[in-house]
Amino acid sequence: MAKELIRLRDCTMVFDDDVVLNKINLSIKDNEFLTLLGPSGCGKTTTLRIIGGFVKPTSGDVFFNGVRINDVPPHKRTVNTVFQKYALFPHLDVYENIAFGLRINRHEGRRLSKDEIHSRVMEMLEIVSLKGFEHRDVTSLSGGQQQRVAIARALVNRPKVLLLDEPLGALDLRLRKDMQIELKRIQEATGITFVYVTHDQEEALSMSDTVVVMDGGVIQQIGTPEDIYNEPVNAFVADFIGESNIVDGIMIEDGVVEIFGKKFACLDAGFAPNEPVDVVIRPEDVDIVDIKDGMLTGTVTNVTFKGVHYDVIVDFKGFKWLIQTTDYCPVNSRIGIKIDPDGIHVMHKSQYSGMFGDYSSYSAEYEEISDAELEPEETVSEDKLYEA
Amino acid sequence: MRRRPRVASRIFLALIYLFLYAPIFIMIVFSFNASKSRSVWSGFTLDWYTELFSDSMIISSLTTTIGVSVIAAIVATIAGTFAAIGFFNMRKRWRSPLLAINNIPVMNADIVTGVSLCLLFVSLGSVLKYQLGFGTLLIAHITFNIPYVILSVLPKLRQMDRNLVDAAMDLGCTWFQAFYKVIIPEIMPGIINGMMIAFTMSIDDFVISYFTAGSKVQTLSMAIYAMTRKRVSPKINAVSTLLFLFILLLLIIINVRQIRQEEREKKLRTLKSK
Amino acid sequence: MKLKYLSAPYIVWMALFVVAPVIIVVVYAFTSAAGEFTFDNFAKMGGYVSVFSRSFLLAIISTAICIIIGYPVAYILSKERARQQRILIMLIMLPMWMNFLLRTYAWMSILENTGLLNRLLTLLGLPAVNIINTPTAIVIGMVYNFLPFMILPIYSVIVKIDRSLIEAAQDLGANAVTVFRRVIFPLSLPGVFSGITMVFVPAVSTFVISQLLGGGANMLLGDLIEMQFLGAAYNPHLGSAIALVMMVIVMICMWLMNKFGAGGEEAVML
Repeated sequence: MAKELIRLRDCTMVFDDDVVLNKINLSIKDNEFLTLLGPSGCGKTTTLRIIGGFVKPTSGDVFFNGVRINDVPPHKRTVNTVFQKYALFPHLDVYENIAFGLRINRHEGRRLSKDEIHSRVMEMLEIVSLKGFEHRDVTSLSGGQQQRVAIARALVNRPKVLLLDEPLGALDLRLRKDMQIELKRIQEATGITFVYVTHDQEEALSMSDTVVVMDGGVIQQIGTPEDIYNEPVNAFVADFIGESNIVDGIMIEDGVVEIFGKKFACLDAGFAPNEPVDVVIRPEDVDIVDIKDGMLTGTVTNVTFKGVHYDVIVDFKGFKWLIQTTDYCPVNSRIGIKIDPDGIHVMHKSQYSGMFGDYSSYSAEYEEISDAELEPEETVSEDKLYEA
Repeated sequence: MRRRPRVASRIFLALIYLFLYAPIFIMIVFSFNASKSRSVWSGFTLDWYTELFSDSMIISSLTTTIGVSVIAAIVATIAGTFAAIGFFNMRKRWRSPLLAINNIPVMNADIVTGVSLCLLFVSLGSVLKYQLGFGTLLIAHITFNIPYVILSVLPKLRQMDRNLVDAAMDLGCTWFQAFYKVIIPEIMPGIINGMMIAFTMSIDDFVISYFTAGSKVQTLSMAIYAMTRKRVSPKINAVSTLLFLFILLLLIIINVRQIRQEEREKKLRTLKSK
Repeated sequence: MKLKYLSAPYIVWMALFVVAPVIIVVVYAFTSAAGEFTFDNFAKMGGYVSVFSRSFLLAIISTAICIIIGYPVAYILSKERARQQRILIMLIMLPMWMNFLLRTYAWMSILENTGLLNRLLTLLGLPAVNIINTPTAIVIGMVYNFLPFMILPIYSVIVKIDRSLIEAAQDLGANAVTVFRRVIFPLSLPGVFSGITMVFVPAVSTFVISQLLGGGANMLLGDLIEMQFLGAAYNPHLGSAIALVMMVIVMICMWLMNKFGAGGEEAVML
């Protein structure tokens, strides 16, 4: 059983009357790749900065190895951060940037000798594949290279925990995918706990041991990538991770759920009889069949070729579904659909019910920007986060 | 932030501000002094101010100063704006040396600028039978004002979205219309700032005016200089009090405008990110 | 029509009133009153070594004092909350815009033998000091006039240092002192270089401060030049030679500032 390294207990963060974090409880283990996932403004970066010590929670406690560290400043914590915009020191070259932490700290009780510093820095350069770059000017490096220097600079101090604040955001798609694999490899090789912040759910799913989904300052769900994907706990999580069709349903009894008036067999249990629920069906779990074989019948309104599959929008009594299939269906054709029991996932209703899951033509964002009456929201600017 | 260093740094700052403002306030206080002494207080009076307003030398030098400053500021603003636009559209190869020459009056010691212009006017003057006077003074002021206008307008040009002009032309504007409908409004804050800076620099100038105005024309600074060399008179204090209030007003206006502008830009940024 | 031609009138103007004067000064510096090419003027400058050394010495001392006082001020100001920063900076700039004759004159009333300083000292039972008409008075005048020119460039550079760099340093284990030593100070140096240029150049070329506060005895380069052009010893050739030397000094400072400096534009502008 892995040991618990970091614990956040009932942490709340209030900025200027804005509740950014609301009673967060989180446990982070040794040798774990944990990702804080959510849309902008959900509080994930604030959580990271609380762990790093750059921000003190308005209330609540932070524990490291059982010791309360709320009042411990960042330079005294055995935690290192990879900043979103790298924050490399422009007046130092690559070598000196990486050696920065080694030169000022007393590691293991004594000052490191020149040779030790040299060997550790070179070792790090090797790990991040930047051998030969020691004397380069950091401002002349590409985004991917700067990022690797930032990682090396943090890791060379052998922290117990590495905090990464959306480090791959500025990179090209291809490079991002390569770096994701790199980061995972480094984490497994060093055994250091990585706490990773991102809004990209694909990234979170592919790299993490544990995913923490957040919205509005509240943790929505904690679980492995498979759990989060297959068994989202509410409509928000279901919609945020992957594509989902979310429909209203009634849980008749264990194993049976009714949608659009039809009963479907499913694998979920533990709900009250006839409880109104949200039902999630992933687009790839829907089979298109002949009308006579289908459990439901609908009309195709839109077909888009996506390469790997077609995105087919089907209208069932006014509710638009997204189906991903390799079969082509012409627009306006009537089709039947079939869903296996394990393709249906039932969730309790929540404040998010009704907000997601309908694939009508426009997204919520589009409706918002088309509304003349709507006032633009004051987003909490990043500067405020740094002022605290 | 730990408490104790904060108190020490506050005291330090307070001392510095005291150092900066004590002489000014002493000047202001003694402008109301009933006697001629500049260090012994003998009672309150507004006499020096009234004397100031009836001193013809002061009044004429004031009109000269305002005249030169206003004209120079206007001319410099127009010329500087055109010049900035011209420079901005140049290739770097021409622009860099030209900007370097442009910076010479800014970077050079006042006295060198003054002296060199004086020499120019005197040598040309003997040929063209033209003496040092208001004209040469004006030319000198325009010369050192234009670089400040350019330094104020050029960054605004750099900030301007280049696509704006293309968009205007795409929608049917001729280059001239694009110029005054698109470019000028975009850089207007820079133009106005430049004009105010030019005006303030002209009002404040002493050394360059001293060398280029000749003996018949006098700016306010030159009049003050003459006063400081001759007799002691609290009229000088009165002048400085009035000048201080005027500059304070000007700086407040400039800063309020800047604050308003920054808030406008901030609002635009949050809207854009939606 | 090409927009770049809009600058043509100004280019002509610059040729006439920026470039030509410089050329004329150079010409005068290398000619004698009779119009022949000569190095005499520079030779004559040798007789004024004391003036040169006094000017440089006082300018260097003033610049150093400005750095010692100005750097901490700039640093402290950069740590204030945003709204207070703006007001405090405006208060630093305000004296700059006051006529510098008047500001210098103000010190006369403080420093003269019957001035406020001495009256304060005698009131406290301390001996009176004789500062007026000494180099000390000139230095005080210079520091007073030019301190804001040192504070502003340093301030504008420090304030622009990316907050995340400081956090990165803290994250890597640096305490406040180390953060200053290894991050803030090295990154603030361009501001310091700008400040040095903006103080040293006016300090070495001033003539008003030395006349009002130094009396006739402490002549500086500025006084010397003024004398050659508008004063009793009318010798524009010698004056031009000295002015030329000063221009070279300025050019060196300009080059240094371009290479190493930053934050100067803000101080020049406002």
